[in-house]
Parts: sequence; C-alpha cells; structure tokens
Amino acid sequence: MHQPPPASSCSSSGSCECARVGVRLSALAPAAAPCPAPRRLPRPRQLEPPSRGTSTLIRAGLGPWCSPTGSPAPLSCETGCGEGSWILVCRLLVPTQVSLLSMEEDIDTRKINNSFLRDHSYATEADIISTVEFNHTGELLATGDKGGRVVIFQREQESKNQVHRRGEYNVYSTFQSHEPEFDYLKSLEIEEKINKIRWLPQQNAAYFLLSTNDKTVKLWKVSERDKRPEGYNLKDEEGRLRDPATITTLRVPVLRPMDLMVEATPRRVFANAHTYHINSISVNSDYETYMSADDLRINLWNFEITNQSFNIVDIKPANMEELTEVITAAEFHPHHCNTFVYSSSKGTIRLCDMRASALCDRHTKFFEEPEDPSNRSFFSEIISSISDVKFSHSGRYIMTRDYLTVKVWDLNMENRPIETYQVHDYLRSKLCSLYENDCIFDKFECVWNGSDSVIMTGSYNNFFRMFDRNTKRDVTLEASRENSKPRAILKPRKVCVGGKRRKDEISVDSLDFSKKILHTAWHPSENIIAVAATNNLYIFQDKVN
Amino acid sequence: MFARGLKRKCAEDEEAAPAYSLQRQSLLDMSLVKLQLCHMLVEPNLCRSVLIANTVRQIQEEMTQDGSWCVPVPQTAGRASRDRLVSTEILCRSAREGARPAPDPGDPASELQVVPAAQAPGVPPGGVWDGDGPRENRGSFHKSLDQIFETLESQSPGAVEELFSDVDGSYYDLDAVLTGMVGGAKSGQDGLEAFASTAAPPPSAGCKSDLGELDHVVEILVET
Repeated sequence: MHQPPPASSCSSSGSCECARVGVRLSALAPAAAPCPAPRRLPRPRQLEPPSRGTSTLIRAGLGPWCSPTGSPAPLSCETGCGEGSWILVCRLLVPTQVSLLSMEEDIDTRKINNSFLRDHSYATEADIISTVEFNHTGELLATGDKGGRVVIFQREQESKNQVHRRGEYNVYSTFQSHEPEFDYLKSLEIEEKINKIRWLPQQNAAYFLLSTNDKTVKLWKVSERDKRPEGYNLKDEEGRLRDPATITTLRVPVLRPMDLMVEATPRRVFANAHTYHINSISVNSDYETYMSADDLRINLWNFEITNQSFNIVDIKPANMEELTEVITAAEFHPHHCNTFVYSSSKGTIRLCDMRASALCDRHTKFFEEPEDPSNRSFFSEIISSISDVKFSHSGRYIMTRDYLTVKVWDLNMENRPIETYQVHDYLRSKLCSLYENDCIFDKFECVWNGSDSVIMTGSYNNFFRMFDRNTKRDVTLEASRENSKPRAILKPRKVCVGGKRRKDEISVDSLDFSKKILHTAWHPSENIIAVAATNNLYIFQDKVN
Repeated sequence: MFARGLKRKCAEDEEAAPAYSLQRQSLLDMSLVKLQLCHMLVEPNLCRSVLIANTVRQIQEEMTQDGSWCVPVPQTAGRASRDRLVSTEILCRSAREGARPAPDPGDPASELQVVPAAQAPGVPPGGVWDGDGPRENRGSFHKSLDQIFETLESQSPGAVEELFSDVDGSYYDLDAVLTGMVGGAKSGQDGLEAFASTAAPPPSAGCKSDLGELDHVVEILVET
C-alpha cells in the first residue's frame, strides 16, 4: 500500500505538509518533503488562462469547450430531469502517490495524459471513493476514499472571460483523515476507509467537516491562510531563536501576504464509543450535537466533548444468538433537533423523539410496508434491507433505498410509502446469482435535489437513475469515460429486459456488476451532481440554454 | 460476476428443471459457506452475516415444515451438483409455488461455476433424505470443505485452528461469530492445547469431525 502523506497539521513553526492552493499542487503532497517547490504537471493540450491556480488534476482528454448543439428540453430546478439534458463538466481522477512521485518533470504531455487515462494501471484499491458530499452552499465537494484520504474540491469562481468554466471543481485540499489501526483485543484490523463525510454549516471563515471510518469520528477544520506574520522579536526570518544579547529594539510583527495555503487540522477525535461498525453520522440542526450510528447502537455527541457520548438507541439483544436485525442508516430531521430516523435490515424505518426518553428504544413512528405475498422468495428479506435513508430538504418526507427500489414516505403515513420507484427491476430474476456473488449486499445511496422534486440513485454498469416526482419521468444515465465527451449531452441509456434488443440498448446479461455507483451527491441549490464510479468522480450539470 | 457475452449452453435446455427442493438445498449450502467464510474474514460485516443467517433460518424452517416431503430424484442427478443453480427463476419465485420447470435458456446463472458448494448434513431431524442423497452429498462435501481449508491453510496456518478454536462451547456464541473471532490463538496456548486434546483434530485429518463441527455451527445459528 502506498505511503499516505502525514496528517496535515500546520503550526507556525517548522515544516508543514499541506497542499498549497496557490499553485494547485497535485492532490497528494509527497510524503517526505515538506512544502516542496511547486510541481507543475504538464498542461493539457488546450491553453487555459491561469485561474486561481492551475488544476493539476488530470482532465482526461478534454478537448476545447464546444457549445452544445441541439435544443433539448430546458432543465430548471422546477421541471426536474429532462431527457438528454445533462452534460459532463469534468471527470476528476486522483492519481496515486506512487505514480506521481515517479513522474519526471519533462515527460511529454501526451504521454502523461495517455498514461493516466489508463485508470486501471494506476488506480489502486485505496483510491476507490467511498463517500461524496457537497457542503451547504455547494461551493465545496468532499470525497473520502478507501485509503482514508479526504479530498475537497472547490467550485471554480465565475468570471466574465470564461463563463463556461463555471461549474468546474478543482482540488482545494487533501488530507489523510484516518489511518489503519489494529484492534489488539480482537486481533482485527480496523479499516481506514472513510464511510461518511458530513459538513457543518459554515459559521466563520473556516470550514468544518466530520469524517468517520468504522470506529472513529473526527472533526476537521479546513482553513485558508494567506498572510504570514513577519518581524518577530525573538525569532529570525527562518524561525531560529535569536541570541537575546543581540536584541536591542522592540518591534511589532506585521502580517504580510503569502501564497494561499489551505490547511486541514483535526480539531476533535471521537473514539472508543462504537463496538460495531459505524455506518452513518448526522449533524443535528442545533449545530451543537451530532449522532453516529453503528450496526446496533446510536450515540449522541456534543461537538465540544470527545470523551463522552450518550447512547440513544440500543438494539443489541441480551443474547446475541437472537440477533435478527441491525441498524443500517440514521439521520436527524433537518429542522427539528429532537427528531431522527433510523432504518433497519428488515426494511423498517423508525422515527424517534429524543424528548420522549433518554434511551429512544421505543419509536414514535414505525414505517413499514406490508410484504407483497406474490413476490415472496428467500431473498425477500435481503432485498428489503434499507441501505440509505434521507430526509427531504423540507423535512416532510423520507426517502429509503433498498436493493431494487427507492421509496418516498410521508412522515404522516406509516403503513406504506407514497411513492415507489423501480431502479433495476430486471435484476429480480437474477437474485440468486447476485446473492452468490455478493452483489445483493451492495449498499446504494440515494439523494434528493435541492427542491425535493427529483431523486437520484446509482445502479450497476456505471448507470445512475433519476426520478422526477412531479412528471413521473425517469432517466438512466451512464458515468463512464468511453461514453462521455466533455460538454456533450449525456445520452439516456436503456436496459433491455427480454426479447428483441434495440440498437442502443444493453441486455441484462451484459451488465458489468463490478462497476457500481453507490455514492452520488446533488448540489443543494443547483442542478449539479457528483457521481463516484470506483476511483473516478464525475461532475455533471444540466445544460442551461 | 457476470462476464460479458456469455455463450449459451445448448445441451441442457430441454432437461427437466431440478426440483425446487434441490434449489433450496443449494441455497442453504451456499449460505452456510458464506457464513463460514465471513467468519474467517478479517472484518466480518455484521449486517451481511445477519441477513445470511436469517436466510438460513428461513430455509431451515421451511424444510422442517416440509419435513415429510419426498423428492423423486431427477434423472439428471448425476449432473445435479453442477446444475443446482441452473434456474434462478424457480428459487426466486414464491416459496409456495413449488417447482415449475421453466428454466431460462440463456440464464447466465447456469454458466456460473459455483464456489464449492458444501452440503450441510446438519439438517434438522425432521428432514428426510433420499437414500442416494446423503452419501452423494457427503462425498462432495468432503471434497469441497477440503478445498476451502486448503486455501485457508495456504494463507495462514493459524486460521484453521482459529476457526475451530471458538467452536468450544464456552466461548462460542453468535457474538463471536458475527463480530470476529475470539483471539484464541493469541490469548493462550493453553486454550488451544486443551482444545486440541479434547476436540477435533485439524480437518485434513478426519472428515467426520468436520461434519460434527458444521453441525455445531448450524445448530448455533439455527437454534434448533
């Protein structure tokens, strides 16, 4: 496994290992060298006027921007997803550190671009993206990967010269959030994979986010520094202490501008509170507390207190042999700080009110759809297991994802969902094979758009699906390098279930089950989406005019 | 994993579909193997384990209810071990519908080479087996379990002992199974030695003990 860069914690003295935004260093700072001289990767073929910093992320073979042709249906937040109106903004690929370090400065541009285009030769398992999340304004996009790294992208600022460049995201900061650990008691390794990232709303100039692996939650502060104090009395310019005998005058240090630097520091570490694997974290609307949920318990934390947490849900049976149900996801209500929901592996959702009692083992509401007897099989329970639960932005609905469907529930109606959308029902007859190769246990996530009118979720073969709740239209799109040219309109895909296969359709048997889209994110107010496909991050936006 | 562009098998389309019970049995075998394997994993996934255990329980319950069914052995019994997953449709249909011979000709499942499907002899007392069944099953069981342990042993010599170290009743509970092995090997040589003297020798030595251990595992899982 490649050596991860040390955790970035810049102090005023000594060397620091943070990515410098000013020169947009590659996403991974070399492990050993402190703040190296800017390493500029050869530019892609087209000339980019210098923006805030040249992004050295590899843009896979992007040609000059072309104005869209044709006139597909205009897409606005209100009308939802029209067919054929999504375009690829950029595809971001974070190369592994190994390949970056071995690169020479004078290698031909074309060779670099081509070699990085072959993802498989450079991508390691540590690069697989395991979570994607926009912050509350949509300005920042965070991804976590299996190697314990967090990479934050920032949106390109709007400028008159390059209106079409808006909507692109460039690397803003990268840091190693979690390291692999070893649990000596159980002789088990604790994975460093980032399971979830959640942003805190911005309250000052710095950004805060929570990131978690299986056992430990960390609060990270991401801040910019563009000034440096100079003119210390006791230290010289390099930071060395001066001989007190030589100090004869007194002066006030002044702040002078410096190259912009983004530093990430761990501000809190919330550890040792979970016996089982953490699957969800959720920031409360009071911005003072948050919860972390593992397979059997949910804990409530205060951001300021790391050595204590309150257990608010505990479904562990006294006799573990009686265990038949686990918690799969949990989330706080977006407005009511006393309310949260959690989903289970049996396809149920429980809504709890923390005012009712300290331990919320008895739910306030219980959402479960009665089983359809005609569809019953040995796999019924497995496919009913809920992999993700999300409140709508309005707080009126919850959306749940199980293996084959996405369901929307009204908080006021517990006995059945108000809407059910089939994601890939053609897999229903393949469940046995999917059980055998373990795909049936894949945990797909689901997201709402900003206005709660469209929902999106992933599928196999790098497909992802969008459902418009108002028009009842749905679309299947593909996030793949082969089929996406920049700024070209994404073509809707279709899976052929049986009988004659049309020209552009794909038959179920040709689907690649190793290419699954588990993690997606939707910008909070605009139609920009981020789709994680293995180690690639695709950003799409709807084509406007 | 589905490979792209699988060729169709033409020979066996016309054969009668294997009985529903055979399908169910193979699902049970597969589930038990999965549980065993995830027991050995570094990081057992509790949700997955619980779901598989529930499936096993469900099958066992149904088999108990069907206790007195007698399945006519299909002519293709010889090839049954390969074709157990020929038609996923049957298995995925309602449990009460029973076997309906209608395999998908192009069903890719039939092409899949199943991970050695270990037969579990640990069927609850209610199950009645065909005369041929158990013997044939045990034959393939020996082979497949050996295969599993071979791969295990090549990777980590201690793993096999560890697998059975917590079959010892005192440590053994679902907690340990589902959340990770009790570090028997590390915590005490005594534990292992005591175990070795009283309990089963390493599986390569004797197959009968394997069946015993598996019985024990299933028993715990299924709470019979």
